[in-house]
Amino acid sequence: MSAAEPVGPWHLALVGNPNCGKTALFNALTGSRQKVANYPGVTVERKSGQFQTPSGRSVHLLDLPGTYSLRARSPDEQVTRDAVLGKLAGESAPDMLLCVADATNLRIALRLVLELKKVGRPMMLALNMIDIARKRGFEFDLDRLSEELGIPVVTSTAVRRGGVEDLVGRMDALIAAPPAKAAAGTWAVPTASELRATQREADRILAAAVKAPGRPDTLTGRLDTVLLHPVFGIVILLAVLFVMFQAVFTWAQPAMEGIKAGFEALGALVQAYLPEGLLQSFVQDGVIAGVGSVLVFLPQIVILFFFILVLEDLGYLARAAFLMDRVMGGAGLHGRAFIPLLSSFACAIPGIMATRVIDNRRDRLTTILVAPLMTCSARIPVYVLIISAFVPDEEVLGLFSLQGLVMFGLYAIGIASALLVSFVAKRLFWRDHPTEPFMLELPDYKLPRPKSVLIGLYTKAMMFLKRAGTTIFSMMVLIWFLASFPRPPEGATEPAIDYSLAAWIGKALEPITAPIGFDWHINVALVPGMAAREVAVAALGTVYAIEGGAEAADKIGATLAQSWSLATALALLAWYIFAPQCASTLAVIRRETGGWRWMAVSFGYMIALAYAAAFVTYNVTRLLAAG
Amino acid sequence: MAHVFPDVQTVAALSASASPLPLGTARRGFCGRIDAIAATGHAAGLPAGELESRLLELGFVEGARVEILHEGTFGRDPIAVRVNDATIALRRREAMAILVS
Repeated sequence: MSAAEPVGPWHLALVGNPNCGKTALFNALTGSRQKVANYPGVTVERKSGQFQTPSGRSVHLLDLPGTYSLRARSPDEQVTRDAVLGKLAGESAPDMLLCVADATNLRIALRLVLELKKVGRPMMLALNMIDIARKRGFEFDLDRLSEELGIPVVTSTAVRRGGVEDLVGRMDALIAAPPAKAAAGTWAVPTASELRATQREADRILAAAVKAPGRPDTLTGRLDTVLLHPVFGIVILLAVLFVMFQAVFTWAQPAMEGIKAGFEALGALVQAYLPEGLLQSFVQDGVIAGVGSVLVFLPQIVILFFFILVLEDLGYLARAAFLMDRVMGGAGLHGRAFIPLLSSFACAIPGIMATRVIDNRRDRLTTILVAPLMTCSARIPVYVLIISAFVPDEEVLGLFSLQGLVMFGLYAIGIASALLVSFVAKRLFWRDHPTEPFMLELPDYKLPRPKSVLIGLYTKAMMFLKRAGTTIFSMMVLIWFLASFPRPPEGATEPAIDYSLAAWIGKALEPITAPIGFDWHINVALVPGMAAREVAVAALGTVYAIEGGAEAADKIGATLAQSWSLATALALLAWYIFAPQCASTLAVIRRETGGWRWMAVSFGYMIALAYAAAFVTYNVTRLLAAG
Repeated sequence: MAHVFPDVQTVAALSASASPLPLGTARRGFCGRIDAIAATGHAAGLPAGELESRLLELGFVEGARVEILHEGTFGRDPIAVRVNDATIALRRREAMAILVS
C-alpha cells in the first residue's frame, strides 16, 4: 500500500456575498448530485453536494448562506460563521474555503475575503461571472490580485458550459498542496474602524489589480430606468404578478386534469380488481383519493416556483422588494417580506421558511404571523368547489366571470387582512421598538441558467412531495379510519358513516359550530382539514362517498348545493380565509420561532378571526335571504 | 424609548453648515462623495454602532462615490444608491447617517 493516501472526501465550503452567483456555481459544480436538508435545531437550509477532480478525488461541497460579514445577524449568517470557523455542530470543519465573488462587483466581496483570511483556513477566491465582466470591459491582473490577497485566484462562469474547468482543473494541485493558511485564526468581531480599514485595503487592492471600464453596466442602468420608474415600475410589477398568477391557474390546468384523471383511473382499476369490502374502500377512498387530492397541486407549485426562481436569478425580486418597500412599510412590514409573502400564495410553509431573509426578529415574526393569511394554493380547491356549487356562472359587464370575481375577492380579503393584522401586531407587540432598516443590494440583471432553475424546481417539488407523502397521506388514512370505524351494526338502516367515530366528533362539535352554520358533515371535514386545508375537500368527498355511494363523490359540488344553504357555503368560505387549517404550517411556525408561544398566538388570532368572519357572514346572509 | 427622531434644529444645523449634508435628504441625480458615516441614535431603529457597521459592510466608506439613481414611488422612499460600482437600496431614514458633499 502506498503510504498515507487520504481517502475521505475533501471538504470545501462555498462562502460569498448574497447575489454573487454562489448557488449557480454550486449547481454547476455538483449538478444533480446534491442534497438539501436543514441544519439541526435551526431551519436554515443546508445544501451539500459532491464533485470529482480530474484525478478522481471526491470533493464534498457545502454551500453556505450568503453574507456580507462574519458578524452574523441572522440565523443564516450564524450558520455561515460557525461553519467557516469549524464550530458548527455535526459538520466537519472545511479543509478549504472557496470564496465566491461577482467579478463585476468586487469591492464589497474583497472586504469579506480580507475578513475571511483572519479565520486562518486555507482559502481561494473564485472570480465568478468572469465572462460578463470581461465583455463589459473589466481587465483583471489575476497574478497581482492573488499576490496582494495572498491566496490562489481562479476564474469561473457558472452559467456557461465548461465555465468551471479552471476551478475543477486546479483542485488536484490545491488538494495535494493546500495554500498556506493566511493567518493563525485571529478572527474576532470587527469594530467599525477595522471595517473601515479593511474596506480601504480592499479598495487599494482593487485599484492595483483590476481596471474597471469607467462606467457601470449600461444595460442594467437602462432597464432600471424603466423597471424602477416610480410609475412604470409599479405598473410592470403588477403586470408581472398578474401574468404569474394567470399562469399558475391556467397553465397548470391541463396537468392537474391529467393527474386527476390518472388517479380516477387508478381508483376504478382498484374497484374492478379488489373484492368489495374494507380493503377496497381503504385503497380506493383512503389511499388513492387521498394522495391524488394532494398531488394535484404539484403543477401549480412547480409553476409558481418557476416564476420565483427565474425572477430571483434575473435580479428582479430585489427590485420588487425596492418597489414594494414603502407599501409594505406602511403596514409595518419589511420590503424583504414581499418575497416570503409572495411565496405564501403557493404555500405558507415555503413562505414562512423564506422569512429567513429578514434579519430582524420582530419583522420576521410579524411576517410569519401574517403569511398564513395569504391565499395559499391549498385553499383553491375548497374555494373552487364552493364557488362552482353556489355562485352562478354568469358574466358581469360582459367581461368578467362572476365566479372569477368572487375568487379575486377572496384573494383581496386575504391580502387586506394580512396587511391589517401586521399593522395591528406591530402596534400591539412592538410599539416601543423601532423598525428594522431596509438595506438591499440591487444586483446587475443576469440571464438565469436553465439548469440551475431546473435543479431549484426539482428541490422544491421534492420538498412538497415529501410533505404530501407523509403528513397529508397519514391524515388521509386517519380520516378514512375515523369515517369507517366502528362498522355499522348488522341490519343497520342509516348510512354507515352515521355510526362512525367521525360522526361522533362532528356531532360533538355541532353546538359550537351551529351559530356559524356548520353541520356535522362539515365538522367531520374540518377536523382532518387541520392537517392541510385541501384535505377538507377530499374529506367531504369521503364523507359523502361513504354516505351516498361513488356517484356522490363525483358530483360532490352538486351534492353540496343540495345539502347546504347559501349562508352555510359563504360562511365556510369566510372561515377558510382565516382559519388556521394547516397543522404543518403551525409546526413550521413553532420551529421557526423557536417555541410554542408564537404558534399559539397564530392559532388563537386566526381561529378567532375565522369564527367571527363565519358568524357575521352566516347571519348576515340569512337576514338578507329572509328579508 | 429606544430612538429619537432628528429634531428640526439638528437638521437645520446640518444643512446650514453647507457642505456635509445627509444623503437621506438628497434628491435623485445627486452625485457626491461620502464625508462621514455619522450614525447617531437619531438615524434609525438600530443602535448607532450596528447601523454604522452595516453601512460600512455595504461599502459606504468615507471617500466612496455615491449617486442617487432611483427613488421609490411613494414619498420618494426608499432610494437606490450607486456606491462606487455597486447599487444599494435603502430607506432615507438610514441614509440620514451618511454625510455627503
